[in-house]
Amino acid sequence: MARFSPANLERAKELLSHYPRPKSATIPMCHLAQEQDGYLAEDAMGHIAELVGCSNAEVYGTATFYEMFKFHPVGTYVVGVCTNIACLLVGGEELLDHASDSLGIRPGATTPDGLFTLEEMECLAACTEAPCLQVNYRYENKVTHEGFDRLVADLRAGKRTDIPRHGTLGGVRQSIPADRRAGVKAI
Amino acid sequence: MTDIAAAPEAPKKTTLTVTIDGAPIEANPGELLIAAAERTGTYIPRFCWHPRMSEVGMCRMCLVEVSGPRGMSLQPACMQPVAEGMVVDTKSATVKKAQDGVLEFLLVNHPLDCPVCDKGGECPLQDQTLTFGPGESRFVEEKRHNEKPIPISDLVLLDRERCILCDRCTRFSKEVAGDPLIHFINRGNHTEVNTFPDDPFASYFSGNVVQICPVGALTASPYRFAARPWDLDQVESTCTSCAVGCRVVVQSSGDQITRLQGVDSDPVNWGWLCDKGRFDFESVSSPSRLSAPVVRAARGAAAEKVSWSVANNRIAAALRSYDPSQIGFIGGARLTNEDQYAYVRLAKQVLRTDNVDAQLGDGLTADAWLGFPRATIDDLGTAGAIVLLGPDLKEELPVLFLRLRDAATAKRVPVVEFATGPTGSTPYTAASVRYRPGEVAVAAKAVAAAAAGNPAERQIGGAESDVINAAGAVLAKAMAAGKKIVVVLGRGSMAEQSASFVEAALSLRDASSHTVVLPAMRRSNLHGALDMGMSPGLLPGRVTQSEGATWYAAHWGSTPTSVGLDTMGMLAAAAAGTLKALVLLGADPLADCPDRALAEAALSKVEFLVAVDTLPNASNAHADVILPAAGFAEKSGTTTNLEGRVTALSSKVTAVGTARPDWMIASELALILGVDFGYELVGDITADIAAVVPTHAGATPDALGRSANADGILLPVPEVALELLGVAPADGAEASDEPAVPTLAVPRPIRVRSTEGVVPVPDSYSLRLVTSRVLYDLGSIVQSSPSLAKLARPATVRLHSGEIERHAMHPGDLVRVVSQHGELTLPMEADDHLPRGVAFIAWNTSASGANMLINDA
Amino acid sequence: MPAPTKMISTRWDQADGHTLDGYLRTGGYEALRKALAMAPDAVVDEVKAANLAGRGGAGFPCGTKWGFLPKDVFPRYLVVNGDESEPGTYKDRILLERDPHQLIEGVLIASWAIKAEQAFIYIRGEMPHAHERMAAALNEAYAAGYIGKNICGTDWSMDVVLHWGAGAYIVGEETALIESLEGNRGMPRLKPPFFPASKGLYMQPTVVNNVETLANLPWIITNGAAAFTSFGNEKNTGTRLFAVSGHVKNPGVFEVEFGTTTFRELFYDFCGGIRSDRRVKAFIPGGGSAPWFFEEDLDTPLDAGVVGGKGSMLGSGAIVAMDETTDMVKAAWRIVKFFAKESCGKCSPCREGTNWMEKIYRRILDGEGRPEDVSLLLDVADNISPGLTWPPRQTTICPLGPSAAAGALVSSIRRFPAEYEHYIVHGRPVDGLSTGVYRPSLTPAS
Ligand SMILES: Cc1cc2nc3c(=O)[nH]c(=O)nc-3n(C[C@H](O)[C@H](O)[C@H](O)COP(=O)(O)O)c2cc1C
Ligand code: SF4
Ligand code: FES
Repeated sequence: MARFSPANLERAKELLSHYPRPKSATIPMCHLAQEQDGYLAEDAMGHIAELVGCSNAEVYGTATFYEMFKFHPVGTYVVGVCTNIACLLVGGEELLDHASDSLGIRPGATTPDGLFTLEEMECLAACTEAPCLQVNYRYENKVTHEGFDRLVADLRAGKRTDIPRHGTLGGVRQSIPADRRAGVKAI
Repeated sequence: MTDIAAAPEAPKKTTLTVTIDGAPIEANPGELLIAAAERTGTYIPRFCWHPRMSEVGMCRMCLVEVSGPRGMSLQPACMQPVAEGMVVDTKSATVKKAQDGVLEFLLVNHPLDCPVCDKGGECPLQDQTLTFGPGESRFVEEKRHNEKPIPISDLVLLDRERCILCDRCTRFSKEVAGDPLIHFINRGNHTEVNTFPDDPFASYFSGNVVQICPVGALTASPYRFAARPWDLDQVESTCTSCAVGCRVVVQSSGDQITRLQGVDSDPVNWGWLCDKGRFDFESVSSPSRLSAPVVRAARGAAAEKVSWSVANNRIAAALRSYDPSQIGFIGGARLTNEDQYAYVRLAKQVLRTDNVDAQLGDGLTADAWLGFPRATIDDLGTAGAIVLLGPDLKEELPVLFLRLRDAATAKRVPVVEFATGPTGSTPYTAASVRYRPGEVAVAAKAVAAAAAGNPAERQIGGAESDVINAAGAVLAKAMAAGKKIVVVLGRGSMAEQSASFVEAALSLRDASSHTVVLPAMRRSNLHGALDMGMSPGLLPGRVTQSEGATWYAAHWGSTPTSVGLDTMGMLAAAAAGTLKALVLLGADPLADCPDRALAEAALSKVEFLVAVDTLPNASNAHADVILPAAGFAEKSGTTTNLEGRVTALSSKVTAVGTARPDWMIASELALILGVDFGYELVGDITADIAAVVPTHAGATPDALGRSANADGILLPVPEVALELLGVAPADGAEASDEPAVPTLAVPRPIRVRSTEGVVPVPDSYSLRLVTSRVLYDLGSIVQSSPSLAKLARPATVRLHSGEIERHAMHPGDLVRVVSQHGELTLPMEADDHLPRGVAFIAWNTSASGANMLINDA
Repeated sequence: MPAPTKMISTRWDQADGHTLDGYLRTGGYEALRKALAMAPDAVVDEVKAANLAGRGGAGFPCGTKWGFLPKDVFPRYLVVNGDESEPGTYKDRILLERDPHQLIEGVLIASWAIKAEQAFIYIRGEMPHAHERMAAALNEAYAAGYIGKNICGTDWSMDVVLHWGAGAYIVGEETALIESLEGNRGMPRLKPPFFPASKGLYMQPTVVNNVETLANLPWIITNGAAAFTSFGNEKNTGTRLFAVSGHVKNPGVFEVEFGTTTFRELFYDFCGGIRSDRRVKAFIPGGGSAPWFFEEDLDTPLDAGVVGGKGSMLGSGAIVAMDETTDMVKAAWRIVKFFAKESCGKCSPCREGTNWMEKIYRRILDGEGRPEDVSLLLDVADNISPGLTWPPRQTTICPLGPSAAAGALVSSIRRFPAEYEHYIVHGRPVDGLSTGVYRPSLTPAS
């Protein structure tokens, strides 16, 4: 799909200005691209390679190392159920099992309507809130099976405006005002 | 007071003592344990470590026990610098278990399809498994599955199932070649090597990854399944695809060359080869090889196969009928030193013509080659600065480009480049001086001035003043440090006077007495050709006719007395009808002379045309006699690379048909013409050269055979040019009739015609032509190597898109390119890296090439 | 019963604790002003005196680590490790979400002390809320003059940059974190030669500190090392955050005095005991990597040295309780599977070995176990971590692979061999044990 839009190109350039070396902006830029397209498109990686000054293969090599980057379209909502030890002990597998049945897909798959992608996740750092899951990395704690079905219904009904479409990382971005900048020294 | 004698200084110990398996060894500071151990006879198994690349410590195969503060511990020998008193155990039970364990892990997902694997028989993984490896597999689960070999480039295939992720190919592509087009992707157990989607590993050096892959994961399409390693039999030789002279082993199976592998020659190629050198052996067995002598009753008549004696007698008879000044020899820069010496004797001793030129008007004068203080390839890495004043090394001398890249990146030697547009080296330059075509000498003068403290205030020769001054600063720094400035000198554009480049080099030499020159000409043995006297006015040993007269009179009996014509002169004379017989030695003037029209006129007008060659080409197609020559790997001898290093060439397969080595052809003709050189074997000539040609005194066959000379013999090229004189016997000593051995004298001045102002400043609508070589062109060798032929890009004329728009045209449109000398029709290609006002056409990429447009005037 | 000791968790229940106003109202950025009035070395000495141990897992003394920076080599960098991914660990995320300014102040104090050119706060990718809170806090702090040009009106200037991870546990390892921050694949570097203190970010001297470690600095500077060391015992000073999860009645994150509180107190006093008042069968004392403890270890104090002496570690303060009904083979598999999935792939033993072990577990769980599988598991593990001791020896570059080998796997096999036997013979867990509803189709091989 797409290279950076003019607005995102500006954001990408600000990211470059945060680091002593351009390549350090690779991962944040991949997030930006995924925010733009919902997944990490080839053209976007090409654009990032140009901006950080390395080859397409180098950006690809970095991006594919990290689980959050998807290389083809996924559901609007990526539902990640934790089954790691703390959740396992209090019903994580049961929750994944239930999610799989009620969405009618196996982990890794996307519902035909393109709304949901189900994933089995490792520890989400919410162990005291187990069993837990994330929708586009937004936490849902101590999730019961009924709670899961309600969540899915609400998402379908568009009631969960607090959860943006997949790829959106943070609602607030760091931006360093020009007059407050100490000045990053290139190295 | 009493004098106390100072205690004598104990000699400082420069090595470290390390104990390996109980035995003390001496290691060098900074040396890695794995290397020190191997050097002293203890082989530590490894997969990821490669001596020419940075260490990554990934495969963990080299784990050994090393003493440390907390006792012995397992450490990767490839990441361990030696330390004084270090104790190492490479055989303990712990080590054995760890290594067996690693091996087992590597085999867990490895298909073990050795019987059908190219690498089978020469596979480190297979060897390790047989030597140390565990028995039957304890891994009962399903192995990782991947699509079988996928092409990652036109020449290389990747089988990800066999890959053990040693990071060698990926490291090579980034660290050595600078083409990071393959990379690890995904993570953990899903890690694989791959390219970016639809972005192939298009590198001139891709074949090297096949050679360094420790398993059969990477295979070359020109080799795959061609032969099994165990029925390969091999000899060491030298690549003759260009003048770098990379050392290789040539492997054959059933009298067919199947593969070339780079040999790690420290002063030259470090084990690397370019893909052209690695794969153009395909041309040796090309169906289009010339395999039998043919003659024509008359020009245009049908060619008929004849015996060698018929052909040779026909040639001898014809040559006899002309007087020396009417005979000319063109070419020979790709032959062995022995071939060249024999031809020079045939021409200059037997036929007494001095019309001999190994270059085709596309090179530098012999003076420029031999007159400058000389640099070696190794000098690149230690120089204070490098100046690129010639062709795009990546296109013409690829492995020299790798050495340049290493100097610039690993050794941080600053590089200044003179170019009309971006080259493969541009990314590694401190300053890329972009001169207006034709004005390189002016630009160089400006840089020299800046280095001397007179910065440029304005654009000079088209180059921006700040770039000129930046370049000047680089040189000034090197000069201040008293370090060498290595000028890599060649012909940047065939559309430009060779004299301009020489003049540019002269201004740099005048700027610093530490300037040394590395001649960058592509043909593999041009250096040998000039050493052997294949240039008008020269005799073997880099002496002029007059200088060498006495000496060679004594050895040969006779030498020419007047200076002959160079190639352009011979062609002009032939076109004018004054030169009647022309012998082409593996030469294709139509493709290579910077004046196509003249070459055409000459070849059609000359009375008697002989061609000795391995493959047909446009120039030899109509010759009256065509003799088939033995080519690469079909004959042995010696060759001399661009730094003056003589190395051995070995024959590996029998020559096609009745093809013969050139030295034999020359000797035969000489014999028929009445002179017996007495050469039975090629070694006789090597010995004769060593005995007669002073510059080659050391290069005897047995000297070349010594292991101490595995990297060849670097000819003495003093920092001043050689000039040979017959020295009169010293007073008192009675005159002997033996001519004294020539001795060293003052450098010969280099004659160049100033080019300043020669180039007319064109009106705003005409463009300046730049034409230089690309690696894959229409050269007969590339074209008869199927794997490479398909890589040659169709000819275009490249222009800045602004120029294209200015003429309201579009990329792809056909345009007529017109010059004072001719015209040419080609599709346009936009290239915004080119400056406006310039048209670039790659040399010899279309049947009627860029040389249609120029002449050498 | 011991009460929680609040040192770094004071603003967790304060509605506006994450805002600059809320922070300033409760003494925020006073420590920074105080530090700026001190010489950098004096700050380092104070932290050394506080004997603040790293909270990221290795427990290395913070001040000592700072002392390893080579003299006069600049630029230097500070990198905050907020990649929190160790199974069971949940503390850094709370600190980031609920008290971001406290961390920022700690970052600034540390940067002043070590003369850092620039600081980077690396936050795990799957924590967008933490990003939002931290980004907002950084923007506030910049605007208010606490970061950037002329910090607090002094002539000291420095930038602090928020960096996003993207999902890879191994990136928590400090050299992998640095690789990732350089825009590369998060693969650890070999130590030696690549100790961050000498060859870290961009091969420059670098300090990598955990979020919780740095969050302690404002308190230490404000109240002094002496006050800090009055908490805990002589080797384990101050407080620590422990996330208690699993089969306890009321799981939670607690800040308690370091070194004195026991596991029993955590489980029974802080968390109301084990669910359905069952007995503790085993528990993880310090994160998924750590070897397990059992019922007889309940009275062990949360003292790094003591826990280490008993062959495990407090690690990242992640404590997971497992009751009598827990299927140990299943539990161990989940942990081994985690490491197999998270191996960066650099070292053959870890890349291949952890996945091999995971596949063997999967076979056992699927009822395809073979009698030799248990000894095979142990031998494969031994080839990743020779001797299967703790702290683990390694045939690898970093401890990830060895943790998979010498942690849960060995603990569970040594303690509960019968449970493995039962699976192998009967293809199902010992009667009465049940954990989860494992369906092979639900958990595709890692
Ligand atoms: C596999 C592995 C994962 C780690 N993950 C984390 C982590 O998520 N957060 C963290 O702070 N330290 C982690 N560490 C420890 C770091 O390498 C490093 O020791 C720590 O961040 C130093 O900070 P500290 O001295 O303040 O504790 C990990 C180490 C290893 C070997
Ligand atoms: S042990 Fe595993 S995670 Fe650590 S570096 Fe090696 S492969 Fe990567
Ligand atoms: S050779 Fe040393 S780890 Fe690979």
